[in-house]
Amino acid sequence: MDTRDNSRPDRAAWDQDEARRIITRCAALKGGLMEALHGIQGAFGYIPAESYDMLADAFNLSGAEVYGVKSFYHDFRDTPAGHHVIKICQAESCQARGSRLLTAHVEKLLGIRLGETTANERITLEPVYCLGNCAVSPNITINDKLYGRMDEDRLEGLLGKLG
Amino acid sequence: MRDLLTVYIPLEATALSLGADEVAVAILKEAASQGRDVEIIRNGSWGMSWLEPLVEMVTPKGRVAYGNMTADRVADLLKGECADLCLGLTADIPYLKSQDRLTFGRCGLIEALSLSEYQDNGGFVGLKKALEMTPQDIVTQVTDSGLRGRGGAAFPTGIKWNTVLGAGSDQKYICCNADEGDSGTFADRLLMEGDPYCLIEGMTIAALAVGATEGYIYLRSEYPLCKQILDEALLNARAAGWLGKNIKDSGKDFDIEIRMGAGSYVCGEETAMLESLEGKRGMVRAKPPLPALHGLFGKPTVVNNVLSLASVPIIMAKGADYYRNFGMGRSRGTIAFQLAGNIARGGLVEKAFGISLRELIEDYGGGTHSDNSLKAVQVGGPLGAYLSENDLDLPMDYEAFAEAGAVLGHGGIVVFDDSVDMAEQARFAFEFCAIESCGKCTPCRIGSVRGAELMAKIQAGAAENLPLMKELCEVMESGSLCAMGGMTPIPVLSALQKWPNDFGAKP
Ligand SMILES: Cc1cc2nc3c(=O)[nH]c(=O)nc-3n(C[C@H](O)[C@H](O)[C@H](O)COP(=O)(O)O)c2cc1C
Ligand code: SF4
Ligand code: FES
Repeated sequence: MDTRDNSRPDRAAWDQDEARRIITRCAALKGGLMEALHGIQGAFGYIPAESYDMLADAFNLSGAEVYGVKSFYHDFRDTPAGHHVIKICQAESCQARGSRLLTAHVEKLLGIRLGETTANERITLEPVYCLGNCAVSPNITINDKLYGRMDEDRLEGLLGKLG
Repeated sequence: MRDLLTVYIPLEATALSLGADEVAVAILKEAASQGRDVEIIRNGSWGMSWLEPLVEMVTPKGRVAYGNMTADRVADLLKGECADLCLGLTADIPYLKSQDRLTFGRCGLIEALSLSEYQDNGGFVGLKKALEMTPQDIVTQVTDSGLRGRGGAAFPTGIKWNTVLGAGSDQKYICCNADEGDSGTFADRLLMEGDPYCLIEGMTIAALAVGATEGYIYLRSEYPLCKQILDEALLNARAAGWLGKNIKDSGKDFDIEIRMGAGSYVCGEETAMLESLEGKRGMVRAKPPLPALHGLFGKPTVVNNVLSLASVPIIMAKGADYYRNFGMGRSRGTIAFQLAGNIARGGLVEKAFGISLRELIEDYGGGTHSDNSLKAVQVGGPLGAYLSENDLDLPMDYEAFAEAGAVLGHGGIVVFDDSVDMAEQARFAFEFCAIESCGKCTPCRIGSVRGAELMAKIQAGAAENLPLMKELCEVMESGSLCAMGGMTPIPVLSALQKWPNDFGAKP
């Protein structure tokens, strides 16, 4: 059963030992840098700058190369996100079912644009390009939980329930 | 003995996104309060997505379906007072009954993670046969089936495998492309969530065919439920001896690892995917060398889409002729169409090639969701052409589409009603390319940005920029290394050609 709920998992403060455990585990995998980056972000919510040297050492790369890999991928963050992350699908199928209006509505409601975080760091709003739920567009995720056939009223209701 | 209530509720992303878990919890609670025993089976989705959560009650006559179930209708359901949501026997629902379910034969039918149900419904028959065959015979059977890659480029799967088989190497790999980035597509996901052993079986047969011992599934990060289900499926398959060392005492070894993507569309391109699997930036490689000869970590590698691989078990089980007897022309077998966008009945339709776009959109899809008239249809993902009402009689066939300047791609069909502004769609095509370009070639990296700017000007009324925009499209088409930059002009120019008024141009 889907056990993911609506609240963001608690993100740990930087912990060098934890980072080392993750990196050591992934360094044993072929091409494991991507897994290591996922692991670090999973633990800390972003890729802390402190982790670059450790990653570089473990994978026999320069810090710049590690940064190069990290920065290629939309998923990896440089800074922590807001307490809640809301993604609204911007791809064609969701466009065909009103995602542009839905996005504009949420932007107005929260007073931020896609890609921004509210001043109180409560909510980060991000674009996503297809969630693979296109038969029931438009789609959003709230803290990685997927919601189909979204509309303004339901979204406002869900926002209201966020802690 | 008290009567046991058996209920199927999909454990599948669409169903969950519409409240399937809430329904499951409500059923457990309601049954408990009535003192009834209930068994909930989490199957995959049948692909009738617009009806999710689609709950099925087991009756002496068979499984009876209830569509769009909600938690507050569960009490009615258990009292037998839910006639308004009842769809009759699942197997008799016309949308499903009329399909050619070859690759998706078990999807929805079985509990996705049950190995015994998998085997009771034809699972591992193909692999058992393959274990008795020579690699060359396996490759020949796949070649003879006519199967072509379902990831987009439609390259014959058997020919690709033959190249890898013939390559001498101490190490070969099977890489499953599960990046499914095209808007309007979700068939890979449905298969992985609903019948994960089928993909594992297909990859294992591929490994036997070419002599590979290691496999990877490159899974997009937007599919966390797939990850959970595949993880468990791999564990179960290994424990049962279908994967790992000495598979079923054959002396053959093969194992699979899952690797997650990180939100990059271009990493669905096979060489970018290989770079990403190696832990690098997802930069597209120049071809040649072909991945078949110089693939993952420089070793001969089969790269196939989820559905190409998942079609192999039935080809091995039932024979090449069985498969190739479906289809038309050089498009053999079946393909999973995905109805999306502004469509009344969105979902998955597996049919033999040759069905028309109109039959899919009107007969299966029920037309637009909004009831407004249909204006445009984008087939084959974000790099596919926009088609109009006049194109709806095109048969779904790789060659027929190519002739019309369109692509079938991964089978995604995104419908737009008359509210769509095609100039905005063209601008978005450039913008998407700018966001997702790997940056290796200038026409794609810079051209896409310029294209979006030009389109913004054109949208603001400066139609005199159209010739320049067309020229830019030519440069991108001829000067790009891969289809990201090379095919972005397809949606742009098809939109301009068919709806010049939206661009402020004289028709
Ligand atoms: C920009 C781009 C994105 C692609 N995305 C995917 C994808 O998400 N999944 C996929 O299977 N193929 C994708 N492809 C096609 C692959 O490059 C490749 O042709 C395919 O994985 C080969 O497998 P097949 O022969 O089984 O189709 C993409 C191609 C391009 C150019
Ligand atoms: S066309 Fe674009 S995505 Fe493809 S290799 Fe060139 S820059 Fe990269
Ligand atoms: S386009 Fe939004 S989920 Fe696919």
